[in-house]
Amino acid sequence: MEVLFGVLAGVLMAGGVWLILSRNLLKFLFGLVLISNVANLVIFASGGVTEGSPPLISKEGLLEGAANSLPQALVLTAIVIGFGLVSFTLTLALRAWQSIGTTDVEEMCLSETRFGASDEQGGVLSSEEFNSIEKQAIVDNHPTEEIAR
Amino acid sequence: MNWLLIACLLTPMITAILAFLWSGSRMVKGAVSVCGAVLLSVFAGLLLREVWNNGPMSAQMGGWEAPFGITLIADHLSAILVLVAALVGVAVSIYALSDIDDERAKGGFDTFLQILLTGIVGAFLTGDLFNLYVWFEVMLISSFALIVLGGDKVQLDGAVKYVAINLVSTVLLLTAIGLTYGLAGTLNMADLNSALAQHPEQELVTVVSMLFLIAFGIKAAVFPLYFWLPASYHTLPISIAAMFAALMTKVGVYALIRTFTLIFTPDGDLIAHTILVVALLTMLTGIIGAISHTNIRRILSYHIIGSIGFMLLGLGLGSPLAMAASIFYMIQGILVKAVLFLIAGIIERRGNSSELSELGGLYRSAPGFSMLYLLAALALIGIPPLSGFWAKLMVLDAGLDLQAWWVIGVVVLASLLTFIPLMRIWFEAFWKAAPENDHSNQAAATESKASSAVDMLQMGPVLALSAVLLLIGLAPSFLIEVADRSAAEVLNVDAYLQVVFEPVVTPDVEVKP
Repeated sequence: MEVLFGVLAGVLMAGGVWLILSRNLLKFLFGLVLISNVANLVIFASGGVTEGSPPLISKEGLLEGAANSLPQALVLTAIVIGFGLVSFTLTLALRAWQSIGTTDVEEMCLSETRFGASDEQGGVLSSEEFNSIEKQAIVDNHPTEEIAR
Repeated sequence: MNWLLIACLLTPMITAILAFLWSGSRMVKGAVSVCGAVLLSVFAGLLLREVWNNGPMSAQMGGWEAPFGITLIADHLSAILVLVAALVGVAVSIYALSDIDDERAKGGFDTFLQILLTGIVGAFLTGDLFNLYVWFEVMLISSFALIVLGGDKVQLDGAVKYVAINLVSTVLLLTAIGLTYGLAGTLNMADLNSALAQHPEQELVTVVSMLFLIAFGIKAAVFPLYFWLPASYHTLPISIAAMFAALMTKVGVYALIRTFTLIFTPDGDLIAHTILVVALLTMLTGIIGAISHTNIRRILSYHIIGSIGFMLLGLGLGSPLAMAASIFYMIQGILVKAVLFLIAGIIERRGNSSELSELGGLYRSAPGFSMLYLLAALALIGIPPLSGFWAKLMVLDAGLDLQAWWVIGVVVLASLLTFIPLMRIWFEAFWKAAPENDHSNQAAATESKASSAVDMLQMGPVLALSAVLLLIGLAPSFLIEVADRSAAEVLNVDAYLQVVFEPVVTPDVEVKP
């Protein structure tokens, strides 16, 4: 059973990483959901997954090969926290899209200076030029054409 | 005296609830927050005194014995960090009275600030790995709330990056914890010490330790993993930025120190060397980044990264002297960072900008305040007799002791480079004449408008923290002694183990096959 969990975790992780590498914020988020489920699976499997011997102490004592029940408690905590974080991040992504106007993380550069970013003539921007453009972008609601597109 | 451990945790938690429920004005909520932080400082001071007199102390939650329940433990390192965090909490919550507008206060600024403080204190005091994860989450969620509070566009943009990378780090941490439980069958940090050392497959242990290194490395903003920090910190209101800058990354450093001395005790040099190289690169890239910027907030953000390098040096070098140096550096670094960010806030209010080219003439208009900046900046650079000097002296001493010449070379280079950005702020913002444009007129206008109450709320905490820094600089022996004892405890974990498992005899915990 643990092997199955291991394979499942590997497949989910691969999918998650692929999604996280995307430039789209929403795809990034879905990737994160997958990876956080990998973490939950790993914790769950670390206590042992055995069929037919629940981790309950009966009158005869704990059954042979019973799973360790602590990870199951841990994973509950982790799932709840993960759920909260994902819903927060979804809301944040929505707000960011509403006010910045894009979910492409490459376009989200209001808070970053990018030295050496090329201007329209293909030259290289100095930091001062960039800062002025950046300010202009903030003032002008720069990525509006993004919405139109 | 075990109640002190609980008191340090409950005080900010209850304050948060009070600040949330109290239906008062901005000032009332703020006052609740200040009172809570002051009370926390008192408890933290008592905790440090108790640990100083009687050695580390622990408390088992719910009466469950050590490897089964959650342990709270305070040694010298935890106790002094809780105290410093509480002091920064007081300073920031006072400064915030003038800095945070009504809209952000209605959004729950004071509540989230206190929850953040709870998370930080919890992370410093816990002796359980999963509990550490939970405190990190508490910190993370409240920092998410603080970072989007008010929500202007630039702030949201920075928040997206902060949230995204921190979520990745959290998931890595959780995975690493799951794997650790699979390896050792326990999550009590003291218990893991022996369980992992005896584990037959040390390669697996190393792999898991690397996951921890990356997860905490992202939190601590070390060399290849720091890009989220300069992208987000400068967008925040200054009191939130000061809180984050002073404390958030240091919790990551603390977690790294704990993890790689208590939980993973590597026999090879692989991990130590990795950390050493990462520390030196962090130092250099942080400071070069600071030199490349012309905005005070961005310069200071990069400076945080530079100083993280110094704090990790002890872990990389591994000698008691180096560890003590790093711990000393960390404690004074937290205070210096808080002071510098708060000063940056005052500069911004006086000059109406944080861009160096638009500032100037502050020395002429406020010579006393300029001296405060100079004090903090020189303390960070390490000019004797200020606190940073002792920190850097200890680092160099440790390097000489180990004859690690190239480490010394990089440290000296980084220290010299630190000079450039901080002195540039001094010359541009304070020394040169105010630029002849409408900005300076605005500045003059706001200055005349600025009430003395705002001045007092902003200068008060800066003055108080500067006084603490000056005290550390002039009489460093107490803090050096604390750092020495912390280093001894961190590197020789016997006392820690004993305190966790007393008074009960250590039950043998089965290592899961």
